[in-house]
Amino acid sequence: MKADHPQAVNEAPIDFSAATMAEMNRVIGLFPEGKEKSAILSVLHLVQDELGWVSVGAMNRVAQILNIEPIEVYEVATFYTMFHLDPVGKNVLEVCRTGPCQLVGSDDLIAYIEEKLEIKVGQTTKDGLFTLKTVECLGACGYAPMLMCKYQFYERLTKEKVNEMLDAMREASKS
Amino acid sequence: MARKLLIEHAAVPGITTYEVYRKHGGYASVEKALKTMSPEEVVEEVKKSGLRGRGGAGFPTGMKWSFLAKPEGVERHLVCNADESEPGTFKDRYLMEKLPHLLIEGMITSSYALGARRSYIYIRGEFMYILRILEKAIAEAYANGMLGKNILGSGYDLDLVVTPGGGAYICGEETALIESLEGKRGNPRMKPPFPAVKGLWGNPTVVNNVESIAAVVPIVNEGGEAYAAIGIERSTGTKLISASGNLVRPGVYEIELGLSVEEFIYGDDYCRGIANGKKLKACVPGGSSVPILPHYLVTKTAAGTDRLMTYESLADGGFASGSMLGSGGFIVFDEDQCIVRNTWNFARFYAHESCGQCSPCREGTGWMEKVLYRLEHGNGTLEDISLLEEINKKIEGNTICPLGDAAAWPVAAAIRHFRDEFEWHVKSPQEAQTRNYGLIQVPLEA
Amino acid sequence: MIKVTIDDVEIEVAPGTTILNAARQAGGELVPPAMCYYSKLPGTGGKCRTCLVEVAAGSTADPRPMPKLVASCSTPAMDGMIVKNKTSERVQTNRGGVVEFLLVNHPLDCPICDQAGECHLQDLGYEHGSAKTRYREERRTFSPIDIGKKIKLHMNRCILCYRCVAVANQLTDKRVHGVLHRGEHAEISTYIENAIDNDFSGNMIDVCPVGALTDQTFRFKSRVWFLKPYEAECACDKCSGKAVVWMFGNEIFRVTARKDKYGEVETIEDKTAWICNDCRYDKKDPSKWNLIGPRKIDRHSVISQGKYATKNDNNPKLIR
Repeated sequence: MKADHPQAVNEAPIDFSAATMAEMNRVIGLFPEGKEKSAILSVLHLVQDELGWVSVGAMNRVAQILNIEPIEVYEVATFYTMFHLDPVGKNVLEVCRTGPCQLVGSDDLIAYIEEKLEIKVGQTTKDGLFTLKTVECLGACGYAPMLMCKYQFYERLTKEKVNEMLDAMREASKS
Repeated sequence: MARKLLIEHAAVPGITTYEVYRKHGGYASVEKALKTMSPEEVVEEVKKSGLRGRGGAGFPTGMKWSFLAKPEGVERHLVCNADESEPGTFKDRYLMEKLPHLLIEGMITSSYALGARRSYIYIRGEFMYILRILEKAIAEAYANGMLGKNILGSGYDLDLVVTPGGGAYICGEETALIESLEGKRGNPRMKPPFPAVKGLWGNPTVVNNVESIAAVVPIVNEGGEAYAAIGIERSTGTKLISASGNLVRPGVYEIELGLSVEEFIYGDDYCRGIANGKKLKACVPGGSSVPILPHYLVTKTAAGTDRLMTYESLADGGFASGSMLGSGGFIVFDEDQCIVRNTWNFARFYAHESCGQCSPCREGTGWMEKVLYRLEHGNGTLEDISLLEEINKKIEGNTICPLGDAAAWPVAAAIRHFRDEFEWHVKSPQEAQTRNYGLIQVPLEA
Repeated sequence: MIKVTIDDVEIEVAPGTTILNAARQAGGELVPPAMCYYSKLPGTGGKCRTCLVEVAAGSTADPRPMPKLVASCSTPAMDGMIVKNKTSERVQTNRGGVVEFLLVNHPLDCPICDQAGECHLQDLGYEHGSAKTRYREERRTFSPIDIGKKIKLHMNRCILCYRCVAVANQLTDKRVHGVLHRGEHAEISTYIENAIDNDFSGNMIDVCPVGALTDQTFRFKSRVWFLKPYEAECACDKCSGKAVVWMFGNEIFRVTARKDKYGEVETIEDKTAWICNDCRYDKKDPSKWNLIGPRKIDRHSVISQGKYATKNDNNPKLIR
């Protein structure tokens, strides 16, 4: 097993949109003075909402915003699995693969999506529309099998439902 | 039909709004507590109720509250653990989605009891849509004077904040949750000091599960004794059970503790039996980390008595023939399921979720996952089975936090009860790739 | 003062003292090993689990035994506590388990590792390890990286003790490295290509219990047991200037801080005698140092006599 994570290249801090900045200031303001770091996960979610992923330049800017060292941001961003540290497609399909989902067919679901999108887990479609990932339990075991995309849960999935879902996502990305 | 103390109004249209919730008796516990009770009296009622932590450990909530240090001039916090991540558990999500105000009401009443003036709900990041529901409900509570300064003219102030995690099962461990809430990696802390003495930002802190906090509402409304009258032995009150796997009707059920497992699986009011007319093969009754039970130990204990949905009855027989109620994540396996595959799946989960801080868990969970992967894929040996037993003995009890135990128990229990199936995977590797083992024989002594 | 009994030896210590520090006060065989705890770096400890001990009685007030083995480095001793370390079969078995865990992904590249001879993992492996590995899986590997011009990081050898992170937090003004990712994939790194550039960053090498962080000015120059350590001092405006110079003939091959038998930098004149990077990397000219005399090395590893002491060899010969 090669667990090598090649070192990223440093990038200048990037700027976020005014709307994102306003929301960041709101979530930071939820914590007492001097405890701004507590908002780091909220802030990283906002970064990902804007960029689709969390780049080095974005993390460097987050460090400035929270007044902490960049390494503290890298440490946190790499610990929590929701943050994509590499560019991803417009729709990231995160399919639950854990026990209760597996009992009712998540393996087949993953295989079906792979076949349908002609990609493997971890890959992005050529048109940049979909990235397929597997994740651990999302707390929807009674409504399995399921996947999450853009914080939305798609539950009790069947092949038909997956087809509909993918078509709707394709349609939505045209506009 | 059993009494429902928590989710009775879940289906009422508009119950997520303050107005409708209030019309159905909502926030009565806040009025009662803040206007007629001292904080100590609220703690006393919770003690009397016998409520045990609903997150999995089952530690008495009233006792946990009474451990909270109260040094002069030091702020205290109540933190709600809404990082529901234990595979098989999805009750908190249901509760928060359907009844956001019930959790907020519980947070206000409990914070008052503990003297906390700044409380937090830490919700797993994947539940972002529920965070939005809670944010809306919190804003309504502020607008109606249930949060903020001088609540109901009582002189009690409380600020409540909901904040997301970022995808880490380990943050359900209370000290990891606190670390995460401080904006750090979710590495569990060494104990002592316990959070009750030194928690969030070094202040005394109580961390409680969503369901525990919600249960404080009926306890204050109806009194601790009335709550304790429901259930049997030291399993009092009602419990939300998340039922999943191969069931006719999986989902979230509120049961009175003491219900028989038989009734829960097969009863018309509950799961209505195994899906597709299949037979029960095994059951994990309390979330993925508790020991798995083979079919002959699910509805009956080894002694032949009815197995009940209580902390005591599910643990009857210890680890040799029992399991645990845990978080109430009730996962049911039908006859077509492969135990080796499932054990590997759970081992992979724990290896994926280990924080990597202490060596037995970091290295041990990964090692078990790899050995189980080989076994499942037809490349195992008989020595591998005993190796797994050895590894999990070296992990269990030797780690900083309970994730090590949680990773070790399912593997140990699967081998204990399904050794024949593991050996079949070794002896007939090709056959094991093409079909499932089926039901395990009931051992003669059972 | 409170009284605690460790392996049948009664020790009197100040309240609040941890079991490990109580044991160190008594010294000798009853001291549990520690791979991550470092008394001079607050906040370290509890992670490696090699210092696990059995508590047979919690205290005089509550004499019940503790159900689990406890990390002696972070558990306070109580009055009347009875602790078993060497005398506990359970401790020895489980410590062996911990050592096995630490070794499953370790490359065992001692023959080309600069730390060999003064490596705590090597010592532990010798004491507790089994001669054969039961690990049949592929080992986790990382490519070595440079963190700055003077420090090489071999993540393959790292046991994630977090000591170097504590050094960066506590001795330097700005931390640029840390622990990234999690679980099996956790690694010490800078994430982006970044040099650790600070007067005291070199102390990370001294606190590293294994060969994960090595001194680029000494790398592959010599095996440590071929060198003669001398206590030396120099006039330095950044640090105490009290160090150990490791010599071969008249040449200085490397400079380290003065470390005690637990591998910790010594306290000299009430201060932990960390040394600065100038002394460590740049003062290899013997004329810059005042040699005080030979340095006693009383660890029981290769370095002390060119071969491992046997278990019966209680009085290993010292290098003079």
